[in-house]
Amino acid sequence: MKVLVAVKRVIDYNVKIRVKPDHSDVDLTNVKMAMNPFCEIAVEEAVRLKERGVASEVVAVTIGPKAAQEQLRTALALGADRAIHVETDDKVESLTAAKLLKRVVDDEQPGLTILGKQSIDTDNNQTGQMLAALAGMGQGTFASEVQVEGDRVQVTREIDGGLQTVSLKLPAVITTDLRLNEPRYAKLPDIMKAKKKPIDVKHPDDLGVAVASSLSVLKVESPAERQGGTKVASVDELVDKLKNEAKVIA
Amino acid sequence: MSILVIAEHHNGQLAGSTAHVVAAAQAIGGDIDILVAGENVSGVAESAAKLAGVGKIKVADDSVYAHQLAEPTAELIAGLADDYSHVLAAASTQGKNVMPRVAALKDVAALSEVIGVESPDTFLRPIYAGNAIATVQSSDALKVLTVRTTAFDAVEATGSAGVEAIDATVDNTLSQFVDEELASSDRPELGSARVVVSGGRGMGNGENFKLLDGIADKLGAAIGASRAAVDAGFVPNDMQVGQTGKIVAPELYIAVGISGAIQHLAGMKDAKVIVAINKDEEAPIFQVADYGLVGDLFEVLPELESKL
Repeated sequence: MKVLVAVKRVIDYNVKIRVKPDHSDVDLTNVKMAMNPFCEIAVEEAVRLKERGVASEVVAVTIGPKAAQEQLRTALALGADRAIHVETDDKVESLTAAKLLKRVVDDEQPGLTILGKQSIDTDNNQTGQMLAALAGMGQGTFASEVQVEGDRVQVTREIDGGLQTVSLKLPAVITTDLRLNEPRYAKLPDIMKAKKKPIDVKHPDDLGVAVASSLSVLKVESPAERQGGTKVASVDELVDKLKNEAKVIA
Repeated sequence: MSILVIAEHHNGQLAGSTAHVVAAAQAIGGDIDILVAGENVSGVAESAAKLAGVGKIKVADDSVYAHQLAEPTAELIAGLADDYSHVLAAASTQGKNVMPRVAALKDVAALSEVIGVESPDTFLRPIYAGNAIATVQSSDALKVLTVRTTAFDAVEATGSAGVEAIDATVDNTLSQFVDEELASSDRPELGSARVVVSGGRGMGNGENFKLLDGIADKLGAAIGASRAAVDAGFVPNDMQVGQTGKIVAPELYIAVGISGAIQHLAGMKDAKVIVAINKDEEAPIFQVADYGLVGDLFEVLPELESKL
């Protein structure tokens, strides 16, 4: 079984973001970029499926500018066999990303497609579900455990208040949650080897998908600053303030 | 305009989040219907009918909708959506599972975690874990939204909407429910708790997290943790509050032994009231805390528990 794993280049999760002075977007100039943390978990899961003999090949795919090849190289260093880069400088919304991935799925025919549940830039949590809808597949979102059994996959999902397990017919789409696994670090020899692994570059036009969006971002602002900084001297004062000033406890 | 709100329910009970989603629908304006999809959900429909400002409750009661799996539920909603300008659900794991699937089936964009309504086609939503707020306009005829429930005050239960069964069954060959394991804890769920008490690296070890139990019991609070505490192995990852964990917006957030790294602040700074307890008076958490108490948490916590 082939596993397709989608990765996204995003701002590093440790970086404090700045909104541009003209409020058009977040300023990404000279900012450290990295693979989206949930995508790292997706790559790790795909590689583990291969190590367990469940997957025969792991193909990494990304959609983004030329620089996004860095993240594909990371995926290759972590154990993906080859990669597909859908290259575009345009901003790609979830629905368009799902349409592009659907075309890649049509070409590659993976048994499983694994994505992060959301990217930490737009925080949409949409692409996996949309891909599953477009491909007519079942979806195992927010996965914390994945077990392939014959022509089905059993997915334990992190839901509000607990866990839910579903069984999906293959091929299927899975999106990863935090507890699924702990991603490894790439070793230097693997990073060197990854440089020789193939990356197939395609453009949205080649896939017959127009990069368009019905959403327009009118402005991006910093959230209201909190007026913090008040100190209390004792537990008594704290309890009193919470009761009588903030009125959040009875 | 006409708006379809997807009711959230568990074990035959209407979830409180639905009243908040109806409030978001009222902010958009127009006729509001509620869809209750599930199996044996007449009680849920009765509760939904009491929500103020709702016109009609549509009930799809069929075994295929048991456990509200995404595949049949999305197909049902997509089939009803042509009668509406907006479809709204809570930004819960349920809403986030189903609504993007609905949007793709209708070939429209989806908007996640909406926290404000500027106009019927323009919405506010957090990006970068709430470190920026985007104002987004949709040109789609159908708007598919999930709503962050803490951003909208619940409507009252003063209504009396009509309840109508709809005969809309679909086939589901893609997915099957296997089982569900709901946390046995009496504590509320982290993402929707009214009060959250979180511990950080300052807790020292996992055993010390028990010091938070008594306070959480008295306040009916959920217990969370910073990434530092998770990375140090004190507590499991599902307790993590932050950019790579859960985003919470409770009425009261008590941060204990948490320094206040950006990644943690991103997950809790929308709390209405923040309390910080830390022995380091220079800790960045104090800059966002409404009430900061500098002190040794091993002395402060037992005292706080006894005085609540």
